[in-house]
Amino acid sequence: MMERITTLWPEIVVLIGACASMLLGLSPSVITRRATPWVVGITLVIAGIVTLGWPAGAVLGPMVDYVKLAVIGVGLLLLAVVAGVPDQLRAVIETDERQIAGRGFEPANTLRGEFYAFFLFSVAGVMITAGARDLVWLFLALELTSLPGYIMVATSRDRIQAQEAAVKYFFLGAMAAAVFLYGFTLIYGATGTTEFTGIRDAIVAQYTDTGSLHPLLIAGFALAIVGIAFKIAAAPMHGYVADVYQGANVAVSAFLAFVPKTSGFVALILLLGLIPNDIFASQQLPPALFWLIWIMAAATMTIGNVLGVLQNNIKRLLAYSSVAHSGYMLVPLIAGAVPTSGEPGGGGAAVLFYLVAYGLATLGAFAVLGCLQQRGEEAQTFSDISGLARRHPMLGAVLLLSVLSLIGLPPMVGFVGKVYLFKTAYDGTGGATAAIVLVVIAVINSAISAVYYLRIAAASFFGDGREAAQPIAAPARLTGAAIAAVVALILGLSASHLVDAARAAGYAARPPLARDTTPPVDMSKLITAPADEPR
Amino acid sequence: MLIPLMLLTPLAFGLLLLLPAPALDDRNNTRMIALIGALATFVVSLRAAFTFDWSDTAAFQFVGSVNWVEAFGLTFSYGADSISLWLVLLTTFLTPLVVLGSFTALQGDVAGRHREFFMWLMVLEAAMIGTFIATDIIFFYICFEFTLVPMYFLIGIFGSMQRLRAARVFFLYTFTGSMLTFAGLLYVAWFAAQLNNGVWSFAIADLYAAARQMSPTQQGWVLATLLAGFAVKVPIFPVHTWLPLAHTEAPTAGSVILAGVLLKLGTYGLLRFALPMVPEAVVTFAPYIGVVAVIGILYTALICWVQKDIKKLIAYSSVSHLGFCVLGLFALNMMGVGGSILYMINHGLSTGALFLCVGMIYERFHTREMRQLNGLARAMPIWAFFMIFFCFASVALPGLNGFVSEFLTLIGAFNATQVLGPSYAVPAAFGMIFGAIYILYMAGKVVWGPLKVPTESHGEHDEDHAHGHEQVSDLNIREIATLVPLAAACLVLGFYPTPMLRSLEHPIDALTAPVRQTLAARAADPQPLHVEAPGFDTASLGVTASLEASR
Repeated sequence: MMERITTLWPEIVVLIGACASMLLGLSPSVITRRATPWVVGITLVIAGIVTLGWPAGAVLGPMVDYVKLAVIGVGLLLLAVVAGVPDQLRAVIETDERQIAGRGFEPANTLRGEFYAFFLFSVAGVMITAGARDLVWLFLALELTSLPGYIMVATSRDRIQAQEAAVKYFFLGAMAAAVFLYGFTLIYGATGTTEFTGIRDAIVAQYTDTGSLHPLLIAGFALAIVGIAFKIAAAPMHGYVADVYQGANVAVSAFLAFVPKTSGFVALILLLGLIPNDIFASQQLPPALFWLIWIMAAATMTIGNVLGVLQNNIKRLLAYSSVAHSGYMLVPLIAGAVPTSGEPGGGGAAVLFYLVAYGLATLGAFAVLGCLQQRGEEAQTFSDISGLARRHPMLGAVLLLSVLSLIGLPPMVGFVGKVYLFKTAYDGTGGATAAIVLVVIAVINSAISAVYYLRIAAASFFGDGREAAQPIAAPARLTGAAIAAVVALILGLSASHLVDAARAAGYAARPPLARDTTPPVDMSKLITAPADEPR
Repeated sequence: MLIPLMLLTPLAFGLLLLLPAPALDDRNNTRMIALIGALATFVVSLRAAFTFDWSDTAAFQFVGSVNWVEAFGLTFSYGADSISLWLVLLTTFLTPLVVLGSFTALQGDVAGRHREFFMWLMVLEAAMIGTFIATDIIFFYICFEFTLVPMYFLIGIFGSMQRLRAARVFFLYTFTGSMLTFAGLLYVAWFAAQLNNGVWSFAIADLYAAARQMSPTQQGWVLATLLAGFAVKVPIFPVHTWLPLAHTEAPTAGSVILAGVLLKLGTYGLLRFALPMVPEAVVTFAPYIGVVAVIGILYTALICWVQKDIKKLIAYSSVSHLGFCVLGLFALNMMGVGGSILYMINHGLSTGALFLCVGMIYERFHTREMRQLNGLARAMPIWAFFMIFFCFASVALPGLNGFVSEFLTLIGAFNATQVLGPSYAVPAAFGMIFGAIYILYMAGKVVWGPLKVPTESHGEHDEDHAHGHEQVSDLNIREIATLVPLAAACLVLGFYPTPMLRSLEHPIDALTAPVRQTLAARAADPQPLHVEAPGFDTASLGVTASLEASR
């Protein structure tokens, strides 16, 4: 148990930072209140150092460290983008002005503490998700990631739409949580334990004994996957995405596109890792789950891209792009999350790599919108960004790089990500026809997606800029966006380190078997050894 | 180090143009920097041509490799055989001329955006060179795909009326095709990895060997994905519909590069990948591709005949000409493939030059309508000389470059009785006649006859030829300097193509070896209906011999 706690130091740092920023955000001094984002930044840096200095990989496998570092790294950029969101709220501005004018301090109306603290809570949620080795832990971690998101959406703008978005997000999120919780209980019912190693052993034993898996178990996994589809914005749980992203402040939309999605995919990798696909003759997931993920992937990317083409609002467009990218990321998961015996780094590794690639690109695109303002509102139509590249070459360049990476055009990191996803889909399934068809669907979808991404580039480069939005002074946001775009380019040109890290992480996503930690599973040993089935 | 230098020089000059220096806002400085960059690249490529070992043309020379993603076996590896080298030379030769030809091309509301214009041209040059010298299939694909971005902006910002639509159609059409190619290439790489104990490699040489072990069905599908990307790029009928729009709307520089080099990426891809990788499928489907090529030649030639816009006519003529190129390629013999490669170069020179000539007219009169222009020879004799010269080069007048290559592709198709044969070559030969008809028809209207130019001029004239609106100025020194090298190259390649053809023999031999084996196997096998090809032996029907016959 002590060993387990030592893996949690980065999370503890982040939670302490969250509490500190909650207190600081309520400080009677205006200057201290305005310094809250710096505290958040320092917290993340310290958490990063702690993760590097005391890696949890030895206990939980390198995926934990990979996810923590990824969420801290992208989190720092996200912080640069969301910093300043509370400063634009009417209540906050009024409170500050009252106090500066010497009319006293109203703690109830300053929202900085909550906003930044919830940001950190959500980041901590992702980190804890990665370390989950138990269904209950996993459930709590997923909820810790999501709950702050609801509040961040609600408090991010002075508009009724933000509250509407938050309510939609909350109710549908609660329903999704119920769905995957139900799934978890069925898995528990079929295996008699909530602990990952126990579940895995039980599945292996069940398969060796009966040659098939219990329908209850399959149903449990199916429900869990469908429920988690909400977190990753995949069909059939994608309905909320456009409204919520549109209603929230654009910076918070960037946050929603990365943080909950990451926790969802990490949870999916952990869950699929419980099914040791190398025990099956085909080295694949059970057919029911294979086809579930196949259909979800095909539907998600097609829905995302087709609806993306129809949008005239860029925030909604990027929301559907978020849906589509979840579809791409589901493609390699048809082969299961964990490696088969031949190739280390299964579908999970490709997803872990792509999450970073997608996070950087989508962050850049949202942040550029956040740097613009039209009549006191954030930019969100094509005419708002018309002629952007000519008037503000910097913003135009960031937007172009982000969009190119989202299309998956070389040499951006998005291209390497797609190579990884599709390569893994072939590799993991042994070139099954179904996998090839899915890859073809995915490349056709990439072509469809180019339609709407190009509209963004075209508006920015070819537009006349007659009704264009004006830039606002947001140096942190601009810097964050620029760094994200440049990193997306550099990572594309020298992807080797990140790929190696993702491979190592994906390899270790599988919880070790109680008896046998070296894959592939030795079948003869499993049959002869008395299976300690918990039931 | 020559190849990295060749790639990085235009990139460096392109980025130089983006520096926030006020001196670069001056148009004169910008275009001089671009010209120096393009010329420097040309010098580097000439240096490569002189250090190239011409006795061993099939081997990749100047090879080098930079690791990219080791875990996938992805590298930036490069090298050039003589095919690559000739195409690189075509690229680096055309680019300075295009830059020179575009000195005054930016008019109206884009006049201030010359930095972007020349930057994209430079980036495009780097991407095109990269496509030809890549020996890693993903490196090839990256450059192939990346050519879309600069071209998208060149058309979208600097094109004419319908530029937005043209840019969008161009990008989406070619992107869709090449995404399918991407899936196919990854599949081949996966297949190769299976044979190689799960170790991935994207080196073209490794994939050749592995892909040939695929079953005929697999080869057929891989060929289909390759065609999806490359046939759109070439373009082969019926997926040519993006081209007239893109060509017509693009600025002159864009049209020249598009016709001169970018279309060749498609034929180059087919030659480099389809022929050696999937020989079974190529032999099986060559007759069908041949049919499509012949239809393309004839159909687009007929379309050319009824065009009213000069630029559109030349654009459609490109489709028709590239049909010969594809026909020669799928003749699968030395003459056909050799003629096809020669055709790639020649078409780049003559059609590129024609686009430049039309661009010069457009800069003066802001129209390309044939009924508004008549008898320009009376007012612009120098221009008329070049126009007629390149028209002749384009219709394959003997003595000019087009003739040798067109003749070789047709002879190749004629002799390839096992896959194509006379029934393909004879109808295709009518394409030559149609070609002469439509080009001379256009030349007759625009160049000869009573002088007629548009009375009202739309935009402001540029200071370089700031004459009155009524007076028509002939070509200036700069414009002549743009066209003379092209004309010289057309003449040289028309009269003495033997060294180039000879240098191509070895690499063609290597690239078509697997196809030859397949053909020989099928000829030995009594089952197929094909008749044995008597004249297929490359030794007895070498290119030199065929050349003498053509004289």
